[in-house]
Amino acid sequence: MIFSEETFFSSDGYLVLSDGTFYEIEILSLSQKSYAGVVALGEVVFNTVLTGYQEVVTDPSYAGQFITFTTPEIGNYGCNFHDMESDRIWANAVAIRNYSGVRSNYRGEKSLLALCEESNVPLIQGLDTRALTRHIREHGAMPGVIGVGDPRELAKFATSEHSTDNKDLAAVVTRGNSFEVGEGPLVVAIDYGMKSSIIRYLAGRFRLRVVPATTSGAEILSYGPAGVFLSNGPGDPSALTYSNSQITEVLGKVPLFGICLGHQLLARAIGATTYKLNFGHHGGNHPVSRLSDQVVEITSQNHNYAVDRDSLSLAYGKSTITHVNLNDNVVEGFSLDDARAFSVQYHPEASPGPHDSLYLFDLFAKEVRSA
Amino acid sequence: MSPRAGLTPTFNIDLRNKFKLLGGIRLAARTDIRSVLVIGSGPIVIGQACEFDYSGTQACRVLSKEGYRVILANSNPATIMTDPDFADATYIEPLTLAVLEMIIAKERPDALLPTLGGQTALNLAMELNAAGVLERYGVEMIGANALAINTAENRELFKNAMDELELRVPRSGFAHDMEKAISVAEEIGFPVVVRPSFILGGAGTGIALDSEEFLEIASFGLSASPISEILIEESIAGWKEFELEVMRDRADNAVIVCSIENFDPMGVHTGDSITVAPAQTLSDVEYQMMRDAAFRIIRRIGVETGGSNIQFAIDPTNGEMVVIEMNPRVSRSSALASKATGFPIAKIATLLAIGYRLDEIENDITKVTPASFEPSIDYVVVKVPRWAFEKFPGVSSRLGTRMQSVGEAMAIGRTFTEALQKAMRSIELGRYGLGGDPLDKPLDLLGLDEVLNLATKATPSRIFEVESALRKGASIELVYEKTKIDPWFLFQIRKIVDEKRFWSDLAVDDEGDSIDSLKDQITRKDLLRAKRNGFSDAQLGYLTNTSETLFRELRSKFALVPGYKTVDTCAAEFEATTPYHYSSYDGESEVTLGDRKKVIILGSGPNRIGQGIEFDYCCVHASYALSEAGYETIMLNCNPETVSTDYDTSDKLYLEPLFPEDLNSVIEAESSGLGGGNLAGIIVSLGGQTPLRLAQGIDPSLILGTSADAIDIAEDRKRWSAMCESLSIPQPPGGTATTFEEASKVVAEIGFPVLVRPSYVLGGRAMEIVYDLEEFEAAFSRLSALSAEGGEASMRPVLIDSFLEDAIEIDVDAIRDQDGGFLLGGIMEHVEEAGIHSGDSACVIPPITLPPQIQQEIVQTTAKIADALLVVGLINVQFALKAGSLYVIEANPRASRTVPFVSKATGVPLVKIASLVMVGRSLKELASEGILPVAVDRDYYAVKEAVMPFSRFPSADTLLGPEMRSTGEVMGIDSTFALAFAKSQLAAGTSLPSSGKVFLSLADRDKASGVELARRLRALGFSIAATSGTAKLLLSFDISVDDVVGKIGEAQDDELDAVSLISSGEVGLVINTPRGRGPRSDGYHIRSSANRYKVACVTTMSAALAGVSAIEALKDNKMTITSIQEFHRSISKGSR
Repeated sequence: MIFSEETFFSSDGYLVLSDGTFYEIEILSLSQKSYAGVVALGEVVFNTVLTGYQEVVTDPSYAGQFITFTTPEIGNYGCNFHDMESDRIWANAVAIRNYSGVRSNYRGEKSLLALCEESNVPLIQGLDTRALTRHIREHGAMPGVIGVGDPRELAKFATSEHSTDNKDLAAVVTRGNSFEVGEGPLVVAIDYGMKSSIIRYLAGRFRLRVVPATTSGAEILSYGPAGVFLSNGPGDPSALTYSNSQITEVLGKVPLFGICLGHQLLARAIGATTYKLNFGHHGGNHPVSRLSDQVVEITSQNHNYAVDRDSLSLAYGKSTITHVNLNDNVVEGFSLDDARAFSVQYHPEASPGPHDSLYLFDLFAKEVRSA
Repeated sequence: MSPRAGLTPTFNIDLRNKFKLLGGIRLAARTDIRSVLVIGSGPIVIGQACEFDYSGTQACRVLSKEGYRVILANSNPATIMTDPDFADATYIEPLTLAVLEMIIAKERPDALLPTLGGQTALNLAMELNAAGVLERYGVEMIGANALAINTAENRELFKNAMDELELRVPRSGFAHDMEKAISVAEEIGFPVVVRPSFILGGAGTGIALDSEEFLEIASFGLSASPISEILIEESIAGWKEFELEVMRDRADNAVIVCSIENFDPMGVHTGDSITVAPAQTLSDVEYQMMRDAAFRIIRRIGVETGGSNIQFAIDPTNGEMVVIEMNPRVSRSSALASKATGFPIAKIATLLAIGYRLDEIENDITKVTPASFEPSIDYVVVKVPRWAFEKFPGVSSRLGTRMQSVGEAMAIGRTFTEALQKAMRSIELGRYGLGGDPLDKPLDLLGLDEVLNLATKATPSRIFEVESALRKGASIELVYEKTKIDPWFLFQIRKIVDEKRFWSDLAVDDEGDSIDSLKDQITRKDLLRAKRNGFSDAQLGYLTNTSETLFRELRSKFALVPGYKTVDTCAAEFEATTPYHYSSYDGESEVTLGDRKKVIILGSGPNRIGQGIEFDYCCVHASYALSEAGYETIMLNCNPETVSTDYDTSDKLYLEPLFPEDLNSVIEAESSGLGGGNLAGIIVSLGGQTPLRLAQGIDPSLILGTSADAIDIAEDRKRWSAMCESLSIPQPPGGTATTFEEASKVVAEIGFPVLVRPSYVLGGRAMEIVYDLEEFEAAFSRLSALSAEGGEASMRPVLIDSFLEDAIEIDVDAIRDQDGGFLLGGIMEHVEEAGIHSGDSACVIPPITLPPQIQQEIVQTTAKIADALLVVGLINVQFALKAGSLYVIEANPRASRTVPFVSKATGVPLVKIASLVMVGRSLKELASEGILPVAVDRDYYAVKEAVMPFSRFPSADTLLGPEMRSTGEVMGIDSTFALAFAKSQLAAGTSLPSSGKVFLSLADRDKASGVELARRLRALGFSIAATSGTAKLLLSFDISVDDVVGKIGEAQDDELDAVSLISSGEVGLVINTPRGRGPRSDGYHIRSSANRYKVACVTTMSAALAGVSAIEALKDNKMTITSIQEFHRSISKGSR
């Protein structure tokens, strides 16, 4: 069957931001439910991808956040097993303009609402997502609350403790166990909240051992890896107190590749600093200039923190900026030539997003094989 | 390459600073070329409309701004791009190989940009290349080179290229003759699609279900293809269809600007499909697979710089993807994608062609980000085509792979339902949305099975049949089975159906007390939900059996007004400075009101026959002129093809339906709050009938220029006649009638022949000339049956006028100011006699047969009418001259279709002057400022010729008549009338023969002038074939006839049959002037054969005589070319 319909219910409520701004919303559910008071708390961010809501909501990097999709029609093609980026939704809520009660796709195994309910994450619709996006663009990502009742009362719950600042969310989302997948030279991947698609791309090139976020550098080296990968993950890099020693222990000994949070952690490990962007980069259309040949890569992005450009120049050895964001000049990639390490802020694995940067996995493979 | 080769920086850049540096400096543009030839797309035809004026205008502006000398060739005078300001040398000349070679030889451009003028420009560029012209004059093709164009356009090469990329294309084979065609079709198995190579908009394309259909379609296809090649291909009807708009620069950066999903599955041409942007039913995995394929295709085909459109189909059952085709140029879809995203594809394609890279170009809308990105949009865009089947009786309205629509409307909403309903009320069919209006009734009366049966066939009304079926309780599954329309779309329509049910359940029985209880029942929440699903107040009024007014009141009570969102390319991620807005009921409004005095200009909506690019030209010029005069200009229009809906044409653009409620909301938004007092008024007289109809609902004090009352006088037969009488202006006798009895009385008074027509219609819709009582009865019943097209035509009386046979028709465009100042724009003498719709008739400036005192009388009468109507702005008056007496046929106190032609022919910016007059300037003031022209004698003639869409409708009757059917126009301009007429024919695609055989079949009343015609043809060395009656006549005047042609089906053994004569290819010109019409008449067979076999066919004696003059002129003179700038310079010299 190429489509299937579902019946769902809605209850009126509010999405309230910490500054008191509020929006009328509907909380959706597969069975009739009544809500009262606070339903969810989290940091409100927006994502501008046009396709790939399933990959976005199952990306562990969204832990602790409310994901708002700017594209208005969501749920159209359902969800399916293959496009999961982890085994659940890690965000605290999914906020959209309009939910489709029909999923029309031969792969539409499950509805988005069902996926949200399995993860116990509220799906809300009917809000003016554009107004919310404009608000966040101007005032920055901020804590928010979804609930039923007087919005002024609800606003009191949206406190700064619900922002992602200073929180080690990687420790929350990391897979608890260590496992191996794939064939070839051994690469150890530190799972700070690693997306399944990254595992797929690496396992297609290496024997990949995925280890939990807090695994020590010594333990990583004990596997005798030919390369180490620093994964993406949620939240504030400064909150991962263990990563500096973890990374410096392996840095220079084996080739190293980092993506997103992994990129920020690598920067911090060499003494550079990270800062919080006003509202982050969340989308699938950011132009990044590869400085070596001026080629523009259209990239998939999802981060609220970034590496400070000036601090990088003062950091360890010879670090060179390799990629910059053409929209706002944010550092999108750097390399440490002496240490055979490089990292990018954006997501070469896409999922969702353009495949323009998949070459980075091959680059890492070359590096690993030549080591 | 070393492992880190991709990661070593060269330099670091700050983009904001870079843009500052770029301001006005040609950093990256090519300096080895200094002049560029741009080829436009010629007349508006089906498949090629205003979108190429939009793209060509952008191209010319960009090239000029970048400092190149721009040479433009386009035969269409109604375009913005052919205004003298847009190029250094503008040639309004026929778009033929020979003419373009002359232009190249004269202007010696360094480069040719062929990708902005549709298929016409692309084909001409290929011809120039093949003929060695480009090489001979050292002209480089930029944008796409000949090899790339050929690989994309030649289906065999394209298929091979796709095979190389391991991308699947539908199974197919090529044939150059019928024998091969049959073997290929049998190998693939029916059904098959037949596509002729190198054709525009899918002309000649069709699906054959069996071998019988195949024989017909394949032979037509072989003759339609300029290289006699057809592709026979596996039918994938029922698959989902998608399009991607791709841009690529010289550094190989590539981006997708927009994805488009077709509502109608494969099998319906994308130009005839309802389309949606962005694609709605693709997962990221599927979308990225398509994106990857698109990049591989554009690279393999070799389009190095610029935009391309690539079409894909997906099997909904398993996701299998096939590549359908690629257009290596800016296309209709590119225009749609530009308007849908705010990404100016044509402009950027031009910049890329002259050497810029995507990341060196600023995104106009955000000003801080580069063009090397992929727009993200936070709304849904729906495009709905507009057809004109009602103009072609007997033509099937079945949609297929050959495009038949004449225009389109686009709407933007925050949800699909909102956008769809807005689109349905933008399309000007009198709908209030997706049904929920009186036009639902015919389907309401049918049973579910009947409605479902109708919906199985793709026709213009299918979406209403789908809606009706769902309303009658059909399941999504069942409707999907019947239509293969994606269930997601069906679900959305059912959402509208559910909403309708909610409101019909509340319907009141009568107009009594229950309205009050209804008012109490309606909650803000319910009303908001309906508005968010795109419902208009009129729909809700109809559904509840109350009124639009009631819902307007309720909205006001609940403070429900639409908010205006911004199209910003980035889903609000960056601040946008470009004011391009659409309405939604989401809440927040982003519109800011300026402190300048402002004017709202109402556009002309979707292209229709009778209302096309001419009116967009007028609206755009008003915007330019008033902006220059210091006004904030606000454009309201819903036609995505146009220049007027370009975000930088006006100070503010509302992409909204031209529908009373949507207009009122814009007026309210622009009148409220700070700066709200600055609305100087609304211009309703430049966009054709559409804004005029809206004018009736606007506060009269807001209408700029001529009053709504004056417009009503001109349209209301009784008031108009009374006025003419009081002014002693003669008009053909006539009257009005609402019943047949009344009508018969009028006819008894004035006698046959008579002209009958409904009032307040466009393009002579349903207008007929009848010669006897029997025809009259039939015509009257057709008129009564005519449903209310675009409003309430059926409630208006029928007009009956005495028809002036053999009269010369004359059109005048003029301007009057509020002080009574008067400016003549031009007097156009029609080539065809009165009775042929002025839009379908050729005409010439200056007049060629009108004596000075008649011309003087025309001017005086026009001024008198303008005074009486208190016209402020443009007025068009039509006259008929019969036996030395002048009659007024009608007056339109507004911009007419001929205004752009007159402006091009005379060099006088009529719309600019009229716009300034409308905001209160006087002609006297304008004259003192040098804006008005000085009266001069011109030593050239400009001929406008209509272009007919008959090649799209092989079974249509090509006989011209009082109902307009042309889609576009061309202009021929030269030193004599005959030469100018010859050029106009060439430009219109009518190839007048210089030798060979002419086939004459003349109506009795034309036989006298037919003798002269035949003599001149003989003198030119033509042989003559004639039908028996005509032959007898000619022989009696000692003119020899080479072939006598018998009546069809009755031809004797020794006589030729007209159809076989025409199909033999011997005849170069058919002259058939019939009386009476009908599908079975001989004349019809003669004309449709000529249409089918592409033989020039003239249906009036006056046009035939002009044609012979043209042939004579071409025999004696070599054709020369002159730019519009040269013509206009000759005027200003002459005036000194």
